[in-house]
Amino acid sequence: MTPLAPLKTTALHAVHRRMGAKMVDFGGWDMPLQYSGILDEHRAVRSAAGLFDVSHMGEIEIRGVDATALTDYVTTNAVQKLQPGQAQYSGLLYEHGGFVDDVLVHKIAHDHYFLCVNASNQEKDFEHIATANKLQSSVELTSDRYTQFAIQGPRALASLQKLTPADLAAIRYYHFIDGSIAGVPARIARTGYTGEDGFEIYFAPEHSERVWSDILNAGQEFGIKPCGLGARNTLRLEAGMALYGHEIHSTITPFEAALGWIVKLDKGEFIGRSALVRQKEQGITRKLVGFEMTGRGIGRDDYEVFLDGIPAGWVSSGGPSPTLNKNIGMCYLPSDRAKLGQRIQIVIRNQAVDAVTVAVPFYKRAY
Amino acid sequence: MYPQDLHYTKQHEWVRLSDDVGVVGITDYAQQELGDIVYVDLPRVGAKVEQGKAMGSVESVKAVSDIYCPVSGEVIEINDALATAPEKLNESPHGDGWLVKIRLSVPAEIQGLLSAADYEKYVAEETGH
Repeated sequence: MTPLAPLKTTALHAVHRRMGAKMVDFGGWDMPLQYSGILDEHRAVRSAAGLFDVSHMGEIEIRGVDATALTDYVTTNAVQKLQPGQAQYSGLLYEHGGFVDDVLVHKIAHDHYFLCVNASNQEKDFEHIATANKLQSSVELTSDRYTQFAIQGPRALASLQKLTPADLAAIRYYHFIDGSIAGVPARIARTGYTGEDGFEIYFAPEHSERVWSDILNAGQEFGIKPCGLGARNTLRLEAGMALYGHEIHSTITPFEAALGWIVKLDKGEFIGRSALVRQKEQGITRKLVGFEMTGRGIGRDDYEVFLDGIPAGWVSSGGPSPTLNKNIGMCYLPSDRAKLGQRIQIVIRNQAVDAVTVAVPFYKRAY
Repeated sequence: MYPQDLHYTKQHEWVRLSDDVGVVGITDYAQQELGDIVYVDLPRVGAKVEQGKAMGSVESVKAVSDIYCPVSGEVIEINDALATAPEKLNESPHGDGWLVKIRLSVPAEIQGLLSAADYEKYVAEETGH
């Protein structure tokens, strides 16, 4: 037998252990699943603030005079429209239109882009972009140079503001600045994966432990809590955000995943464009929709979905919604049946349990 | 930490016996491993259950876990409170968070279960502590 590769760890690993986090193997990374409990952490983020170590996420940087052209060619959204200091959700696609990954593109300058990508996809993404680099750009996988924290929740701004001279309120949603946190140079982006206001910060790993404890101390008066990947998943599910490997993967296109808004077919050539043009003409055959359980039970990831007693689709992500106190999820259905109010059944341990399709996001912040 | 009057299984269930009726639950270790419990699926009153077979499930936010029947018999009562308050399993796994009461059909099965001390030792070995 081949021994399994040791789990990768972030610079915060010792802290997670010391603080008593329950750890989990997440795509080859030994990451905190929870500290005080998923429900407790989830509620902290909805009502106060939460701090997440998401340093497993990867970073890819594209530099050079052709950086805009290359970034535009490998992603689906309109890179030419980005201003320096602006970020954009986007897709990396294969020629056939399926997802390589979903990414956050940050424009640092006309000749420098900073991509935040999924942990387990980073090498694949890098190869994909490097292969497409027929121009004179430099493409670099720079994940080792960054710790990434997410500070999320209605009191995230107040917590983080105590640690930086920058006016955080002046950073608009999906914009970023290069500033400092607790005296450490940091990229501060007003982005997130929870459905709340908040920030994602990127800085050199050697400062990880101190910045972590400084943020927790600064946020203590506001009720900040350290959070794990468990709450990150329930939060993003309520916000209706896609997770690679669930809502999106190599055989799913953005149109099917209800992500048509990140596809700009009129922007010029990009990888996957012709497949998407063809799919737009022909129409999609399956589509992602939200659902909530009406019968007793929790529809979970990969459970089968029935329509009129016949297998018709699958749950991409499902579970309890702590905020709504319902069991919710997203599922793929034949596109002609993927309308709101459609009655469906989810097969839970060999029993068909009633559910109904509902609008996504399930949760929208009120501020 | 594990009550002396309970009998335990390696699947992390317990039985509290009085005469021929056993109250069944999951252990403190089990609830800790599961995390926040949000849903409990129990057999119906009158169901015949068999030692070692799944008789229901508990679900945490993250995962589903089968409940294995520690003793054979007939279900004579279920803990209805868990339908609306599944968190009782986290708060009081050896008390208010009990699952079902079973009238034992093979009382001798109890002899094969673990004592509190043996169960504690088993958990310690399993977690490497």
